[in-house]
Amino acid sequence: MAAGAQLLIEIAEKAFGETLLFEGLGFQVPAGQVVALIGPSGVGKSTLLRMIAGIDTDYRGRIEVDSKAPPDAQVPGFVFQDPRLLPWETALGNLLAVKPDLPVDAGRSLLAAVGLAAAEDLRPAALSGGMQRRVALARALAVSSRLLLLDEPFVSIDRKLAGELQALVAGVVDRFGPTVILVTHDTHDAAALADRVIMLGGRPMSVIKDTLLDRPRADRHADWLARAVRDLEEDMRT
Amino acid sequence: MTAPRRVAAPPGARRPGGGTLLDWASIPLLLIVWQIASMAAQHRLFPTPIDVFAELVDLAVQKSLLTDVARTLGRAAAAFVLAMIAGIAIGSVLGRFRSLDGLFGNWVLIGLNIPAIVVAITFYIWFGLTEYALIAAVVVNKTPLVAVTMREGVRALDHGLAELAQVYRVGFTQRVRRFIVPQLMPYVLTAARTGLSLIWKIVLVFEVLGSDGGVGFRIGIFFQFFDMKGILAYTVAFMTVVIAIEYGVLRPLEHKVLGWRPARSF
Repeated sequence: MAAGAQLLIEIAEKAFGETLLFEGLGFQVPAGQVVALIGPSGVGKSTLLRMIAGIDTDYRGRIEVDSKAPPDAQVPGFVFQDPRLLPWETALGNLLAVKPDLPVDAGRSLLAAVGLAAAEDLRPAALSGGMQRRVALARALAVSSRLLLLDEPFVSIDRKLAGELQALVAGVVDRFGPTVILVTHDTHDAAALADRVIMLGGRPMSVIKDTLLDRPRADRHADWLARAVRDLEEDMRT
Repeated sequence: MTAPRRVAAPPGARRPGGGTLLDWASIPLLLIVWQIASMAAQHRLFPTPIDVFAELVDLAVQKSLLTDVARTLGRAAAAFVLAMIAGIAIGSVLGRFRSLDGLFGNWVLIGLNIPAIVVAITFYIWFGLTEYALIAAVVVNKTPLVAVTMREGVRALDHGLAELAQVYRVGFTQRVRRFIVPQLMPYVLTAARTGLSLIWKIVLVFEVLGSDGGVGFRIGIFFQFFDMKGILAYTVAFMTVVIAIEYGVLRPLEHKVLGWRPARSF
């Protein structure tokens, strides 16, 4: 099992045009932890995710992934809000497109790990929405099983499919042990998946509350989830 | 887990490796209509397709039809390749860099609208009635159309996929090969198809205007004698080649590179 990556985030200042997005934002994530970044839309959660991914480097401060600045660190697995697959590539081809040196057998194993063993030769148009999202997750794992950045991966899909995908992500976490940063504005997603919930808000954005959810994911039955969601929403209101 | 979506071809859709019955009936239907119209007209300036085919065989066996078609095809092919290369390069740059498009966009607009005959005459005056002048004139006529099409293709590149490539730090070669070229191929093929149809026509006109051989040159001679059988025989021979290229090259190529696109119904 690959160990997850460690994250250090100390952002002195991040501006977007005239707007100061973050000022003095800092937290650390130990290896293998699943962290949900939760907060209202537009607060800058996705921007923070892109900074961790190393595609937004326009800020003062430091972000370290395994003690390296993101552009020098291992490429993270990134799952967008939409599956964002290459429509001309097969499911397997979509993995190889971002990781050309991935052995074909390894690609097949990853597709099997997300329940798509029989779909490797199908193109996105022949896959259902849920299957496309599974390919996107397998693609992220193909690149890195140490750090997964999930940018609202359950948004704009029905509750049933979201539940299926949450279970899939939980399975991936149990199997591969990556560090996961899950950006969401949904308290239910956070309560179901995360080991830790960092509530973000304000302008400039700051950490409103940092909560550890220490119950194992497998034991999070409906009553516990409902309570956790209620507590998180109470925190968000206050 | 939800099941794979079944992507069914709509009725009448083209199948890989072959056309529909309607596709195959199209040309025979045209010949029948031509035969009937010609028999109804009963005039030597409107020969039947049978007469024209007899003339075609005669020209092919005894005269210079094959040589003329080969010369015209050679000119068209050279002009096509050069225009595609230049048009793709220019269009890609203009689509990618807005400042250059601002500076040179009107040049392309002028090139797009300048009458083909003006370019041909100008080049013949400047460079003489040479093979190079003819091909260059065709290239200059055709390049703006390719450039405009490719410019739109580059502008339409998916920003989401560009971000995907950036996030995963996909290398330049891989990014071009697997992310950009497949997105541009529909535009390349559109430019190729419209380009070929335009080039066939203007090459023939330019050959009439000033050349020492080729389909256009020969049709110009037939015109002086009102020899409709000769004109139509050359036209049929040339169109046969054009259709062969369409079915033998363009459509298989289109199927190969664009086969991933699902059929859409409206």
